[in-house]
Amino acid sequence: MFFPISHSHISPLYLAIIGFLIGILGGFFGVGGSFIAGPALRAMGVDWNFAVGTDLAHIVGKSVVAAKRHRALGNVDLKLGLLMAVGTIGGAECGAQLIQILKRTGNVNFVVSIVSIAVYVSISSFMIWESRKTLRNQTGKKRTSGNKSDESAFKHVTRRIQRLRLAPMVHLPVSGVRISLWIIIIVSFIGGLFSGFLGGGAGYIRMPSMVYVLGIPTHLAVGTDLFEIIISASYGTFTHAVKGNVDILIALVMNTGAAIGAQIGAISTQYFAGPKIRLAFVPLPLIGAAIVIYTMVTGHKL
Amino acid sequence: MKRDTAQTVRAFLVELVIYAVLVIGYFFLVLHFLGGWLYNLEQHHRYTYAGTAILLIIGQAVVLENVTSMLLRLIRGRTE
Repeated sequence: MFFPISHSHISPLYLAIIGFLIGILGGFFGVGGSFIAGPALRAMGVDWNFAVGTDLAHIVGKSVVAAKRHRALGNVDLKLGLLMAVGTIGGAECGAQLIQILKRTGNVNFVVSIVSIAVYVSISSFMIWESRKTLRNQTGKKRTSGNKSDESAFKHVTRRIQRLRLAPMVHLPVSGVRISLWIIIIVSFIGGLFSGFLGGGAGYIRMPSMVYVLGIPTHLAVGTDLFEIIISASYGTFTHAVKGNVDILIALVMNTGAAIGAQIGAISTQYFAGPKIRLAFVPLPLIGAAIVIYTMVTGHKL
Repeated sequence: MKRDTAQTVRAFLVELVIYAVLVIGYFFLVLHFLGGWLYNLEQHHRYTYAGTAILLIIGQAVVLENVTSMLLRLIRGRTE
């Protein structure tokens, strides 16, 4: 099938299958899946700028489907999502500006690669440690809250953060959390900063931050992150489309597969406890790190 | 339990087949007609294209979510 906007020939079946796989990951973990979509589009000869912009458009569609399903399951905190969108958009703009500064100094590829590897590996290592410790602690205790039980070995730090009285305080009844607005803004700003700096939706940073820093239960963090991604990825899609980096036809085809995958992923979260979802999340940032290392070593951008 | 799982898998497979037929029809009809129009929009009216792109992707996602949910309800209802 010929896609005139990006001047590329791609099988619609290939796009639908890629969308399906990313949909499952997005629905289950609350991530955008750009570390798969970008290389998958590049492999079909789509230019890098179109791969980035089109991926963002596809993320919007997939997140709508997954967030709608999560909302039906009671896993979306709308108030938190809207507050986080403000910080994310601000952070994304700053991340993009940082890239422009690095471009001028000529170090952009090296700095972004090293920072991303460090971030990806740190997140994975921390989550392995935390989720395994939590699961070990849980085996000794009687489980009372079924599949959705959500203990965390990092809870003592989260509680300390929640006790910080920096006005204005925000009450989030859906998540059962009362926390300073500034902490929400800082967390979402950092997520947005990495999104603008490293590309993609940065769900691999935001979802764990929501759990460990804000103290949001894992299922709610996944659903709320998806809702928040709709807003921030729509903004990204608009700016990229204005710059001529979006082939919406490719995104629409990918989204046909993602619509099924995202629902399967979202429904599957019901059958896993929070620490198990977090443990299963660990390989995702490592895949991102592996892609960056491959690019650094071979010089080929995936 | 095993019967339930088999029913769910069967319902899902039936849904997938019906969905695939609908999607193939969608590729050939809607995208074929939209392609030229969107290409022209992208070339000459970038801001309109950007807004249209977002509306299209969100609109399609909402419709697809409703279609898959309806199919699943319909098929499960019949198999149970």
